[in-house]
Amino acid sequence: MNKVYADASSALAGLLKDGMTIMAGGFGLCGIPESLIIAIRDSGVKNLTVVSNNCGIDGVGLGVLLNTRQIKKMISSYVGENKTFMQQFLAGELEIEFNPQGTLAERIRAGGAGIPAFFTKTGVGTKIAEGKDVREFDGERYVMERGLVADLSIVHAYRGDTEGNLVYRKTARNFNPPMATAGKVTVAEVEHLVQPGDINPDHIITPGIYVQRMIHVPAVAKHIEQRTVRKRQKADAPAGTGEEV
Amino acid sequence: MPWTRDQMAERAAKELEDGFYVNLGIGIPTLVSNYIPAGMSVQLQSENGMLGTGPFPFEGEEDPDLINAGKQTVTELPTTSYFNSADSFAMIRGGHINIAILGAMEVAENGDLANWMIPGKMVKGMGGAMDLVGGVKKVVVVMEHSAKGDSKLKKRCTLPLTGAGVVDMVITDLGVFTLDRTGGGLTLIELAPDVTLDDIKGKTEASFKVANTLQQ
Repeated sequence: MNKVYADASSALAGLLKDGMTIMAGGFGLCGIPESLIIAIRDSGVKNLTVVSNNCGIDGVGLGVLLNTRQIKKMISSYVGENKTFMQQFLAGELEIEFNPQGTLAERIRAGGAGIPAFFTKTGVGTKIAEGKDVREFDGERYVMERGLVADLSIVHAYRGDTEGNLVYRKTARNFNPPMATAGKVTVAEVEHLVQPGDINPDHIITPGIYVQRMIHVPAVAKHIEQRTVRKRQKADAPAGTGEEV
Repeated sequence: MPWTRDQMAERAAKELEDGFYVNLGIGIPTLVSNYIPAGMSVQLQSENGMLGTGPFPFEGEEDPDLINAGKQTVTELPTTSYFNSADSFAMIRGGHINIAILGAMEVAENGDLANWMIPGKMVKGMGGAMDLVGGVKKVVVVMEHSAKGDSKLKKRCTLPLTGAGVVDMVITDLGVFTLDRTGGGLTLIELAPDVTLDDIKGKTEASFKVANTLQQ
């Protein structure tokens, strides 16, 4: 079975329909499946519910799907970097379901593992717990949260072999591995496409069973949201964070 | 004289211990990493999926794949490990992080914390804050004592809560309070230099006790 497609549009062919739920990996603009997001924009599919920690920034990442008004609802933990989002939300054109970031990650992990619900301390006594089942275990209160699955997950990986085994790079891993498990279909874009056996099996993060389709994105443009650097100084700079520029 | 942002961060750093795994929030808490005593082994967790977060990179060495939870470019250390978001929050919610130092809009005398939304105005989201305050062993808030003349230390929070009964310590520009989240309330344990007890009483809405050992 061939999992490798020529480009993002052909990899998504037949998978997109109006009103569907899509999970998109990434944290901020780090590790986002940008080629697949662009292909979703170009497809014109509408009324999407998108599960993603953030919603890109204006005109970058998932931000492009806001400009074209293809998103009906976001399930996210933080959307503070996006003016278009704020405008559409305050105008009542966009729904948002805020999830605490750990609850979001665990809902996705649970969904991928066939767990329909779980209990967590996060959000007890806050708006997040309103209307949800709250139970006491061992003297502490916990709120019930549901597992989350999607019609489609799109993820970005650093290396992938043609079987769909994936390896991520540094903090670009983030939500990508749990989302890969929680899509009915998962499409991965990989910076380096290699042959089976080229990745040490001990190092594989996402086993290929979770990946149905993939594309090779050798020249992907990466974005930095907050460029922070420190000044070069004497040999032994202290381990502090330095100075923002 | 009230403490500066850096002095507040320096005071917060005194809560760190050798071997601690630490999560620092955005703003003043980020500055705490500048005051980790030499020789103390402290690993900083970034909830986007990294333990052992290093300093900002030198100019020209920024890596878009290597950021902290504030989306700032950072660097790797020999102690660094990476993991996915579900593992990262399992670490947080499972009680494996020793201390979280974060900012707040309001803290109440019962330990409630609000820092994620202002209804009708700010709709950014809570990010990882609710998980951190619910799961981390010790929660230290670092914030200005007042905003626009209003005490941020409240009898009860007026904004939507991030966590109920979750705060253990509050460091403001005027002093340091401990908080017994099991009903013992706030206790003032330190004053910033030249800040008097009357000053801080006049600027604090929350009721608090004063420690016998109050330091200045």
